[in-house]
Amino acid sequence: MTERLDGRQDPPAQAAGGPSPGPAASPSERRRLGPSPAVAIAFLLPAALLLGVWVVYPIVYSIFRSLFDAAGTGFVGLGNYATIFSDSGMLTTIRNNLIWVVVAPIMVTTLGLIFAVLTERIRWSTAFKLIVFMPMAVSLMAAGVIFRLVYEENPDRGVANAILTTVHDTFSTSQGYPEARPRGGDESPVADQNGAVVTKQPAQAGRPVLIPIVGVRPEFMPDNAQPARADAAGDGLAGTVWFDFTPGGGGQNNVVDAAERGLPGMTVEALQADGQVAATATTAEDGSFQFEGLPQGSYTVRLPQSNFETSYGGLSWLGPTLITPAIIGAFVWVWAGFAMVLIAAGLAAIPRDALEAARIDGATEWQVFRRITVPLLSPVLLVVFVTMIINTLKVFDLVFIIAPASVQPQANVVALEMWRVAFGGGNNQGLGSALAIFLLLLVLPFMIMNIRRFRRGDS
Amino acid sequence: MRKGRAAVILAGLAVAVAACGNAPTTTAPSGEASAPAAGGGDKPLQGVTLEVAAKWTGAEQKNFEQVLAAFTEKTGAKVTYASTGEDTAAYLGPRIQGGSPPDVAILPQPGLVQQYADQQALKPLSADVVKEIDTNYTPYWKELGSADGQVYGVLIKAAHKSLVWYRSQAFEDAGVQPPATWDELVKAAQTVADSGTPPFSLCGASGWTLTDLFENVYLSTAGPENYDKLSKHEIPWTDPTVTTALEKIQQIVKDDYLVGGTSGTMQTDFPTCVSKVYGTDDAAMVIEADFVAVEAGVSGAKLGEEAKYFPFPNVGDTSPVVLGGDVAVAMKDSPGAMALLQFLASKEGGEVWAKLPGYLSPNKNVSPDNYPDELTKQLGQTIVSAGDAVRYDMSDLAPSAFGGTDGKGSWKVLQDFVRNPSDIKGAQEALESEAAKAWK
Repeated sequence: MTERLDGRQDPPAQAAGGPSPGPAASPSERRRLGPSPAVAIAFLLPAALLLGVWVVYPIVYSIFRSLFDAAGTGFVGLGNYATIFSDSGMLTTIRNNLIWVVVAPIMVTTLGLIFAVLTERIRWSTAFKLIVFMPMAVSLMAAGVIFRLVYEENPDRGVANAILTTVHDTFSTSQGYPEARPRGGDESPVADQNGAVVTKQPAQAGRPVLIPIVGVRPEFMPDNAQPARADAAGDGLAGTVWFDFTPGGGGQNNVVDAAERGLPGMTVEALQADGQVAATATTAEDGSFQFEGLPQGSYTVRLPQSNFETSYGGLSWLGPTLITPAIIGAFVWVWAGFAMVLIAAGLAAIPRDALEAARIDGATEWQVFRRITVPLLSPVLLVVFVTMIINTLKVFDLVFIIAPASVQPQANVVALEMWRVAFGGGNNQGLGSALAIFLLLLVLPFMIMNIRRFRRGDS
Repeated sequence: MRKGRAAVILAGLAVAVAACGNAPTTTAPSGEASAPAAGGGDKPLQGVTLEVAAKWTGAEQKNFEQVLAAFTEKTGAKVTYASTGEDTAAYLGPRIQGGSPPDVAILPQPGLVQQYADQQALKPLSADVVKEIDTNYTPYWKELGSADGQVYGVLIKAAHKSLVWYRSQAFEDAGVQPPATWDELVKAAQTVADSGTPPFSLCGASGWTLTDLFENVYLSTAGPENYDKLSKHEIPWTDPTVTTALEKIQQIVKDDYLVGGTSGTMQTDFPTCVSKVYGTDDAAMVIEADFVAVEAGVSGAKLGEEAKYFPFPNVGDTSPVVLGGDVAVAMKDSPGAMALLQFLASKEGGEVWAKLPGYLSPNKNVSPDNYPDELTKQLGQTIVSAGDAVRYDMSDLAPSAFGGTDGKGSWKVLQDFVRNPSDIKGAQEALESEAAKAWK
């Protein structure tokens, strides 16, 4: 054995011989540097085995499985792939992935660059970097739970809407009776008109105008409201705006009952036949109002929409339209710190003299940044960018957790759809495998690009 | 791989054949193997270990573990509980694929019985268990646990889904009485809305609550026969009976009637919608099953005082009684698994469970007297007395891609319908095309 090993190479025999200690270094071995193939194979084997079992075999089997139907018995050829591009739900997922890939990596890289460049200048840069990097220490799932709360629609619970409503309310205060509306039905003397309440019949002086309002939420009922006055007929045009609902029921509709209270603070307008506002009044604590000094004639009485404006409740972050941008926001929060740290490392490696030279030549800070810093940083920026593309393509957990079940179809992405189809109720592992392969094909070019970059960096 | 799977199936069949002949199997130590399921002697399954997978967590899990403890007490078999999480199919799928399913699984939908039976992942029940089912259950329940004429599962836990829960204070403030018909319900809703409280808290984010609403309305307007046909997709979803049901639902899915409007409704998931009625007092009614009682209790409402319910009102000619429930199936053919199923199907096992809160038994021999409170007793009584007239939750009978997956099938279409209730025709066509895909 030894003789043959020391002599001319004979691979099968070596395989049988197993890893032999150092014979390759013998003097007769002149044609090759380094260990013999046997040793190389022996060292490669564990890695190759693991790669084979965990990477190559699953990919090959997924390709194979994707050609079969849900049960795994019927061969469907490329049918599953055709489904991906014909099903409207799947097309939504592909569209969403496209939005992700276009928006998220650019935002993460840009923010990372801004943070990195700015932190170079400030005194507390380490502390700042630490804070921005902190989200990386949180698992994506926990980040999802956090942002589910941040985006909660109720401003009392969701931070995003709490900020929006606070900002909004400092500029305009809402008042009046949100969600209240006129009593409906044919007998009602009033009707809803684009959010305002108008009388159906022209009002005459001397006859009280009754404006029954219902649906006043208890929390908006003023404390100073008095029992409504039924006969608010003074001189000229007058009437009553009141909450036409007897607590506990039993009241008559469109009639001022004893237990019903007026709605103070309502703005009331008297409209001429041509729609011009002739006079404005405000209701008293018992809901009565009176137009002073109005010429005789017939008027339409209107409660303008401003009385019923719902207080600003912020945005429906978790609604069908905003859901993808909202989740991308959470993604940026998590990854911006990572990008910042990588870019800051790249920034530290930039030769200072280039920057100094530019400044001495009279370049502005913006020109230095645009013409010197960014070009010198471009390899790092590209690595961050490509890594982010790969990360966005396989995004799963954030979407799964942040999007409420009712908007999951609108927020869906390929990785999530793959899991749902294969295991989450669909149990169609054929289609799931096809989606997995589709995702692999999407990621592959960026992987190759990254590997090439690393190689070029090495040489 | 195909060969590998065939081998596994063959092995499974071999085990099945062996078990039929009362031969020892790997899970039962040979010494005691001669006394399998029925269990004549003292603790016949000493040393046997079993794994049971179900979706229950928290209090429900603790209660079920008490039932399992009673089984251990009786037979000596050690039973471990595995929680599958909300999505049972997602948990079991990979385990079946991987060839190591739990001994017994509790499926939340009978639709899964058919699905897993097709995948040959289920083991037919032994004659003893079937006999136990015949003595304790009506034929309808037995049918629900069967696929292709073979009995695979026992319905061990029922949920009463034809209830409307309300906050008594809200009804008193508005001066309305619990309605008995749909028209009265719509009128009461209008009155409650006029009083300043949104009448309904719908759980739009949890698609299954919307299918429950549809099923009650449909069962009442179209009758049990059409209900059965639609469950099996023998009539299309574009049928006029479906139009009628959706038109009725349209009457209550209005911005004025829903707390938070349509947009808020679509972000409200199941327990949250209950807390909007009983916790924050934002709304007056929530249309869901008996298990609302648990959530109402969590919100601090007292059952029977603040939290009351009325039967789902008659929309058409039939008084709807829709039930949900969990089916126990055997995924390994071991004497231990069969013994456990037999225990769960028996009067004895049912009564152990019935004494614990939050449980309704479909077992006709479990007397409602066992239930711990008056409310549950009444509910149990309605199930037993309704007998053959009850229907099982339609969405749970459907393939889960249609009736049991977030963002897919009927869940998604009904959510879209609540968002845009004017488009009945579009909703029906969407339902039909989803159904066509799922039933294929």
